[in-house]
Amino acid sequence: MTLLIQYTLIFSSVLMLVALGGCFAEHSGVINIGLEGIMVIGALGGALVLKFLPVTVGAPVMVIATVVVSALFGMLFSLLLAVAAINFKADQTITGTAMNMLATAAATVAVKAMNTAASGGNDVSSDIAYTHTKDLLLVRVGGFEFNWFMLVAVLCLIAAYIALYKTRFGLRLRACGEHPQAADSVGINVYKMRYAGVLISGLLGGLGGIVYITAGVSVWKFENGVAGFGFLALAVMIFGAWHPLKIALAALLFGFCRALGNVYSGFGFLLDMNIPSVVYNMLPYIISLVVLAFTSKKSRAPKAEGIPYDKGSR
Amino acid sequence: MQEAPYAIEMVNITKRFPGIIANDHVTLQLKKGEIHALLGENGAGKSTLMSVLFGLYQAEEGIIKKDGVEVKINNPNDANALGIGMVHQHFKLVECFSVLDNIILGVEDTKNGFLQRSQAREKVMALSEKYGLRVNPDAMIEDISVGMQQRTEILKMLYRDNEILIFDEPTAVLTPQEIEELLQIMRNLAAEGKSILFISHKLNEIMEVADRCTVLRKGKYIGTVNIADTNKAELSRMMVGRDVEFAVQKGKAHPAEVVLDVQNLTVPSKVHKNNAVKNVSFQVHAGEIVCIAGIDGNGQSELVYGISGLEPVSGGTVTMCGQDITHAPIRRRSVLGMSHIPEDRHKHGLVLDYTLEDNMILQRYFEPEFTNKLGFLRRKNIRAYAERLIEQYDVRSGQGPVTIARSMSGGNQQKAIIAREIDKNPQLLIAVQPTRGLDVGAIEYIHKQIVAQRDAGKAVLLVSLELDEVMTVSDRILVMYEGEIVGELDPKKTTVEELGLYMAGAKKEAKGQ
Repeated sequence: MTLLIQYTLIFSSVLMLVALGGCFAEHSGVINIGLEGIMVIGALGGALVLKFLPVTVGAPVMVIATVVVSALFGMLFSLLLAVAAINFKADQTITGTAMNMLATAAATVAVKAMNTAASGGNDVSSDIAYTHTKDLLLVRVGGFEFNWFMLVAVLCLIAAYIALYKTRFGLRLRACGEHPQAADSVGINVYKMRYAGVLISGLLGGLGGIVYITAGVSVWKFENGVAGFGFLALAVMIFGAWHPLKIALAALLFGFCRALGNVYSGFGFLLDMNIPSVVYNMLPYIISLVVLAFTSKKSRAPKAEGIPYDKGSR
Repeated sequence: MQEAPYAIEMVNITKRFPGIIANDHVTLQLKKGEIHALLGENGAGKSTLMSVLFGLYQAEEGIIKKDGVEVKINNPNDANALGIGMVHQHFKLVECFSVLDNIILGVEDTKNGFLQRSQAREKVMALSEKYGLRVNPDAMIEDISVGMQQRTEILKMLYRDNEILIFDEPTAVLTPQEIEELLQIMRNLAAEGKSILFISHKLNEIMEVADRCTVLRKGKYIGTVNIADTNKAELSRMMVGRDVEFAVQKGKAHPAEVVLDVQNLTVPSKVHKNNAVKNVSFQVHAGEIVCIAGIDGNGQSELVYGISGLEPVSGGTVTMCGQDITHAPIRRRSVLGMSHIPEDRHKHGLVLDYTLEDNMILQRYFEPEFTNKLGFLRRKNIRAYAERLIEQYDVRSGQGPVTIARSMSGGNQQKAIIAREIDKNPQLLIAVQPTRGLDVGAIEYIHKQIVAQRDAGKAVLLVSLELDEVMTVSDRILVMYEGEIVGELDPKKTTVEELGLYMAGAKKEAKGQ
């Protein structure tokens, strides 16, 4: 049971972080389909820190360094979307899709090259192991493994809510996603605000990436990307109606489904039902299909999302 | 030069767009505390000139002076810093924000990074009190009336302490009562020392409220006159360049048999939960023009969608010439003799990337005249047919039948649609806002065509938002309010004021009438 709660919380943290990222981008008016790719790149950055930073630096430095580097990697990668969608007014869906394909491939090539060079050609895998440092991220309370990233996720949630609804920045950001012409007419720089939205989504997406790959395992195979979690996060965002608090609840639901796949064997009655494990693993994806089919029509996206803003056209 | 300098002076402004000179050496002088009207037809360059003043466009030539000092206005921020505010024709309001958030957007006060809404609210309420601008600061924009949205826009300018207020066609979206209220607000603002630029092509309003008027025609400056020394006829001559007939020439109607019979029609809305058209019944006879009047968004569009088959209906019946067509496909309606001049000529009227000739046969391409037995189009006949329509209805275009529809002017696109729809020799002509966005000359032409159809014994259903059009063209007026027909009026016996009361929902006929 503790294991189920533990996994639910960590997977929910991932989904929440990434969905909040998507939320910032969309409130600024840019659809970020590239979250999946951003997660991969963020995860790569974090994994490199975990691999190369010596254990001796201690837990606080390790956690902070991992968080900062993942976020930075995510932001840098999201710049691709920002430049293409905001400056060049490219189709945001296509740009995002391209980013997803690029991210997994680039990460795989980079890690393979690194491994090959380090091992003199014996190791051509796309794995990064961080077995020795992973413990620094955890605090054991009885049988429960508290992960520092859970705290990071909660802090991000609070910060996101305040930023979006209580500050000048949030008001202006949301205006850009709803009615950029109106924002422009009162002197708000729509391009700048959209850059901010996309970069924040890169930050949160990158964070989500490192949390995801350290959630259950201590070696990550970068060929696998992040198994559609970026898309799942988009579903969470839509189900959460682009609102941070609702996103948190939606993330808990989806995280729970994902956690079941990891730990169902610990529950006697679930084992007795003799359902193949793949069914549990499919659960979050099936749930997202069903939930979106019934709710996506009602929930209201920012009005101007996906439409490149052009000062000239009125 | 003893006089005080002008609040705003725009001298010899020239602004070019590809292929057109939108403003050709235009001069505009606004005195402090006056209401200055800017008059011109669609496309005369009024909006462009105001966009230059507001910093949305930069002029290629000419200078702008404020209080006698030359200034540069490169963006709306510059305009705002100079105290210039604008109520845009299409409101610049964020629909899911509250009135208050919309007012403070861009000039928010913060403390430690947090928004300070309560102080802003006090200031807004004080302004609202002072100028008689009733708003509910916590209501969402999407839930409030157009009139209140406009008051929000005005409060936006006052909140920024703007001294020069630009109103871009502010009355187009209002009921007569709301217009009266707005004009009074404008007078109050001017009395408080604000200088107002009032863009309009409605002569009545200009005569009523303005002190002076500058007229533009085809991008050129025609002149500035004192309203006290002029009259409607002179203004319209300056605007159009010739004398205009205001009245539509038409004789008495001779209604005959029922052509269109709508009973208890209900059409669901696409945008909200309620039905857009609720249990509406009426008839249109041959030889009469029935006009559906109402403020935009009260179900007129959906009613026409239901009758023309563009949207499915959820209840009631539509009968045309004795045949039930409630669920009939659009082609059957068309073949039965229904013609439709749609509200949105780009979306429903034309295939913009087709040639003019292909657009002319959109509903008739399958007839033997245009398609042979093997299914191939008979291009020669199509060309001849299109040429005849172009000639007969005076549709002007760059390359005749092979012109791409997109490249034509709005007026000629509309003429092309009218040619196509009328030439089908319909039993019923449905015309939805047929003169929207057109200049006075084209409006005159279209009104004549509609009356000619009536006189030829056709039934005409006209949907219009323009009160003048409603009053002069129709034989019978049905007023729609919130999806229901709330009154039937005779244009000869009613007044614009009474019509306005019905349109605003303040007056209603007993049900079952």
